[in-house]
Amino acid sequence: MIRFLAVRALTLLAGLFLASLIIFISLRLLPGDVAQVIGGTSASPAQVEAIRERLGLNVPLPLQYLDWLGGVFTGQLGSSVVSGTSIAAEIAEKAQVTVPLTFYSLTIALIVALPLGVFAAYRRQALPSRVLSVLGVVAAAVPAVWAGLLGIVLFSTWLGWLPSQGFPRDAWADPLTAIRSLTLPALTIGLIEGAVLFRFVKSATLSAIGAEHVRTAMSRGYTRLGALVRHGLPGVGLSVVSMLGLQVAGLLVGAVVIEQLFSLPGLGRMLVVDVGQRDLIKVQSTLFVLTAVILALGALVDVVHRMIDPRLRVEEQ
Amino acid sequence: MSGQRGGTLRHLIRSPRGAFALAVLALLAITALVSLFWLPANPNQSNISEAWQSPSLTHWLGTDSSGRDIASRLMAGARVTVLVVLGAAIVSGLIGLGLAIISALGPRKLREPLIIFIDVLIAFPTLLLAIMLAAVFGSGIPVVIVSVGIGYGVQIARVVRAELRQINAEDFILAARASGLSRWAILRMHLLPNAAPVFVVQLSLAMGLAILAEAGLSYLGFGAPPSVPSWGLMLQESQSQIAIHPAVVMWPGLAITLTVLAFYLLGDALREAMDPRLRFGGRRADSVQSGDPA
Repeated sequence: MIRFLAVRALTLLAGLFLASLIIFISLRLLPGDVAQVIGGTSASPAQVEAIRERLGLNVPLPLQYLDWLGGVFTGQLGSSVVSGTSIAAEIAEKAQVTVPLTFYSLTIALIVALPLGVFAAYRRQALPSRVLSVLGVVAAAVPAVWAGLLGIVLFSTWLGWLPSQGFPRDAWADPLTAIRSLTLPALTIGLIEGAVLFRFVKSATLSAIGAEHVRTAMSRGYTRLGALVRHGLPGVGLSVVSMLGLQVAGLLVGAVVIEQLFSLPGLGRMLVVDVGQRDLIKVQSTLFVLTAVILALGALVDVVHRMIDPRLRVEEQ
Repeated sequence: MSGQRGGTLRHLIRSPRGAFALAVLALLAITALVSLFWLPANPNQSNISEAWQSPSLTHWLGTDSSGRDIASRLMAGARVTVLVVLGAAIVSGLIGLGLAIISALGPRKLREPLIIFIDVLIAFPTLLLAIMLAAVFGSGIPVVIVSVGIGYGVQIARVVRAELRQINAEDFILAARASGLSRWAILRMHLLPNAAPVFVVQLSLAMGLAILAEAGLSYLGFGAPPSVPSWGLMLQESQSQIAIHPAVVMWPGLAITLTVLAFYLLGDALREAMDPRLRFGGRRADSVQSGDPA
């Protein structure tokens, strides 16, 4: 286990290092003159020089990289070129929308995909299962933007149950209002990701039903359902856990488009606005924070999976 | 070899999913081609006095908020979709195949670092990659194609790599090596043809995902410029009027969903049509062997 942890921590570090290099090179080296890009085409040479001076862009690139990396690990991300506010503080503030949205949609995806996926596999030939399987494929083909717009028409314009856009100005002061404004966005991403998860749960359950140890349980007198629940589903659950890292990453990225669609003040919307304002320094830090969260989640899921899956423990001994 | 390929196409058309997918994709290709020479109306011609017209003989699907013909914009949008699909297929196919071959069969010292590199790039979301490239180079369809090509290329690489490793461990590869075939010849004659089904299926999946990515990126304003009609852009334009004219949002959404679905189903149908074991249900082992390049 310790060996596994060490190896996983090392690959995580290698991944973080590589990701930081990719982001740094893309945003500092590829644009040519970063200060000119930030200043825009109308900026005078003196203004560009001032930007370069203020952001420390005239020191050698390796030093710039180390300086940035050091800032990332100490939480000192500097301040936005455009607004002057602290980047770290703003990321923390916007995360108060994006993180709850991600977990809200994950909950919806799990609530939809787990029972329906097991059902569709258990009663594979039944009509509802076939309908579900077709729906699962179609839902994965629906663009998130369109699903969100249809949701607005249905639940907001026609039924009037949920707000069509926006997030309360005082954020979580009134949790119920905040949750209400996150419901439609969470449904949109949750159902689309849920369709992907549904297909995964269904095929995992199908192979569990056909697995030898489940068939053995049936030969010992378990009913088909009893054998599946007692001996098949634990394995399905473990496979789902191993998928969670990818799922959360998908939801987090899905939030970029959905936050724009529903005017939610989250990290994704901030990123889109910053790109529009050519705030490259802030974009660089936001991108790295998001990628680091995704890589760290992947590692965490691997470790948890290793800890709770008894089969992996046996292999080790 | 050509006979085998004809067989694949025949099987594809015979399966309901394959036939549906080919029909939708043929319609897409024809629409894009026709739109180059003829459209019912100029897709960018706005005419405020004709805004929000209902479907009629002159405006098949009606007009949008600035009086532009929706049918013409939809048809012209098919061009962008075809462009993105083909571009993404070429870029992701080259990246995927190249990385897969090097990381599966290349020099031992190169393999491990390359695998970590692929894993990091897979964890790096395609949408974020596109936003990053748009921040540096400005928005546009090339940014969409390159980022989608890289993003799905590395995913193809991982799947095809695993397949190549598996085939490479088979006895017939050992036999080919023993009979004096060069590594290059083994790759060309044995490894690539056997990995082709997996590669083609992944590629078809990537083409579907590329359309979804284009829609999202164009919606965010990083894709097609406002002067180029694209389905993602049409979704964005419809949003401000959605409370009053919800019907307008239907067309581009339906077009995207149908096309993406066609690529998914094409992948499914190809998997069955190209895999001799699935094709004959394991009963006609004799013809399986004669059809196998090994």
